[in-house]
Amino acid sequence: MAEIRVDHLRKAFGEFVAVQDSSFTVEDGEFLALLGPSGCGKTTTLRMIAGLELPTGGAIHLGGEDVTYKRASERDIAFVFQLFALYPHMNVRKNIGFPLLSQGVPKAEIKRRVEETAKLLQIDHILDKSVSGLAGGDRQRVALGRAIVRRPKCFLMDEPLGTLDAEFRDVMVRELRELHNRIHATTVYVTHDQIEAMAMADKIAVMNHGIIEQFATPREIYNRPASMYVADFIGSPPMNFLRFTAGLPKGARIARIDGADVQMPELRADVAEGELALGVRPEHIRFSDASPLRGAIYGAEYLGTNQIVTVETAGGLVRARLPAERSYRIGDRVGLAFVADRLSLFDCRSGRAVPSVLHEGVLARDTRHREMRDLEAHHG
Amino acid sequence: MSTTKAAPAVTAHSVVEPSLRTKRIAGALVILYALITLVPLVWIFLTSIKSPPDSISYPPKILFTPSLEGYCNLFTTRTRQTPDYIAALPPPSGVCDAVTRERNMVIAGPSNFLPRFANSLIIAFGSTFLAVSLGTLAAYGFSRFKVPLADDLLFFILSTRMMPPIAVAIPIYLMYRQLGLSDTALGMMLLYTAVNVSLAVWLLKGFIDEIPREYEEAAMIDGYTRLQAFFKVVLPQATTGIAATAIFCLIFAWNEYAFASLLTSGSAQTAPPFIPTIIGEGGQDWPAVAAGTTIFLVPILVFTILLRKQLLRGITFGAVRK
Ligand SMILES: Nc1ncnc2c1ncn2[C@@H]1O[C@H](COP(=O)(O)OP(=O)(O)O)[C@@H](O)[C@H]1O
Ligand SMILES: [Mg+2]
Repeated sequence: MAEIRVDHLRKAFGEFVAVQDSSFTVEDGEFLALLGPSGCGKTTTLRMIAGLELPTGGAIHLGGEDVTYKRASERDIAFVFQLFALYPHMNVRKNIGFPLLSQGVPKAEIKRRVEETAKLLQIDHILDKSVSGLAGGDRQRVALGRAIVRRPKCFLMDEPLGTLDAEFRDVMVRELRELHNRIHATTVYVTHDQIEAMAMADKIAVMNHGIIEQFATPREIYNRPASMYVADFIGSPPMNFLRFTAGLPKGARIARIDGADVQMPELRADVAEGELALGVRPEHIRFSDASPLRGAIYGAEYLGTNQIVTVETAGGLVRARLPAERSYRIGDRVGLAFVADRLSLFDCRSGRAVPSVLHEGVLARDTRHREMRDLEAHHG
Repeated sequence: MSTTKAAPAVTAHSVVEPSLRTKRIAGALVILYALITLVPLVWIFLTSIKSPPDSISYPPKILFTPSLEGYCNLFTTRTRQTPDYIAALPPPSGVCDAVTRERNMVIAGPSNFLPRFANSLIIAFGSTFLAVSLGTLAAYGFSRFKVPLADDLLFFILSTRMMPPIAVAIPIYLMYRQLGLSDTALGMMLLYTAVNVSLAVWLLKGFIDEIPREYEEAAMIDGYTRLQAFFKVVLPQATTGIAATAIFCLIFAWNEYAFASLLTSGSAQTAPPFIPTIIGEGGQDWPAVAAGTTIFLVPILVFTILLRKQLLRGITFGAVRK
């Protein structure tokens, strides 16, 4: 197993830039999810790490070794393709053993390791079946088996659960994470599904148009989104944005929205006059008759454990996650109160979060990263 | 135990399944077409087992006494002898000996048919093998790599088939004379390969495009070189396309007449230009010509029957997704 370090990775297809300038490090044994909508450059990033695509710029280090321009076959990695790419002319056993064959592993050893892997994935009963008749989940497990049998430096998976139906996907999410807990393989997992990413990953890189918007733990990404894009992409329903126009000085703790004062974490930077957005997670909203920020009930979705209540305010629709007990009548006027220290402030012009007490950690890391980069540039 | 299974609902207007009547009409039409195309073949076979007088009698004979004379004449050369001479000979050693003596002739030696037939086999199968091998590699390249001017190159490759053979036969004849390739099996093999490779590239590119490149990528990540991935993963999945392409190439090379009659005359002559030249007493020896044609049909028939499964799947490719 090994660490993956990606430095200023860039990929252009002619005029079109699929990956802008990606830098991140996957620690040894860590599970990274590359998360983003379709077409944002996830697969391209993964293929460059695998060696199936050559970068236009930047570098890739695997276990300390520069592999940027090495052949895929020399990188000692495993790749699980979206459609699994099981060889149709070989049975399950041959498929799983195929990577070992290329390394000249003796027949008896191949047999032993294939059976060991099959047992781990609970597919030992289908070893001699043809892959064409397999169900989705079993195809998935065979593809995983082919990946882990060789004990490679790292695993790369490109939306491996994309073709499974929703119910089965949950099962596989759990299986994959359990497998990771057992073998601790450095993993890069590409998905467009935030729930998969949140459930499985140690770290998430949220991508948008070839740019990594945020690279952090699932908790941090959820609680301290670095940009409106991330805040909107993660969470279901996503973060609410209350838009208002103002300029705020460093140290400000109050935003004036729609004539009401709203408490928020202390700002750590001046914000020039312009359009801002206060980001509020649905679960950080309460109804409070005393609150001056008011709206009318627009609708409610009952979810059993709780309910999502939509309120129409002057600043647009706001969705709150509330206890399921009370029921609300459409049209009723309510006051909205927020958990003050969990709010994020965004500058709508750049889409970035404004530095605040809450966002300190995120930004501190960013600066450190930049300082290190400058330092390296000096030495280089 | 016998349980009464509910019979599958048969609806008159089923969209997917053609109705029984449609099937019957279609079947009848196919059989009718098969009969029409088979008549010449049957006629040739019948002619091959007629005696020479029967073969040219008018009106044509449907009922006749079968004779092996055509086949005997195909494989032998004969000389005329006096009846006294023949009567003095020891008893005939075989069927052909006897048949020949009835016409007051004796077998002088083997004819050129076997060597010509062997030429056909070598040249057709050899050129098919070359065309399909080259075509597979080229098609793979066009399918998987960014080839500069790929579309123009593909068009250029195809354009070699646009001219009738006669139009290029003279230049090729002159070139071959210079190169010492005229009337050689190698020359004919190269020529048929050149003609067939365009067909092979186009057909096979279609098949290889259908094979997802993830298969090779998976193999390359698993430690194989691209060439190994090609042989271990792409080729096994392209067998259908390769079989279909091979049959098309073989049929062309096997039946080719124009180039063969112009560029070969002796040692490299193939069966198609040879068969019509079989002359008997007093003109064309039709039973022998028919016998040669019948035998000539056998290899292609066997090859096609052996590969018919692949061929069927191959010809309908694209229409049926895996
Ligand atoms: N070989 C290629 N040539 C040209 N454009 C490509 C190629 N591969 C990917 N792209 C483009 O790059 C962008 C990112 O693609 P991809 O990495 O596959 O996105 P994702 O996996 O996030 O859906 C897409 O707009 C896609 O059209
Ligand atoms: Mg993708």
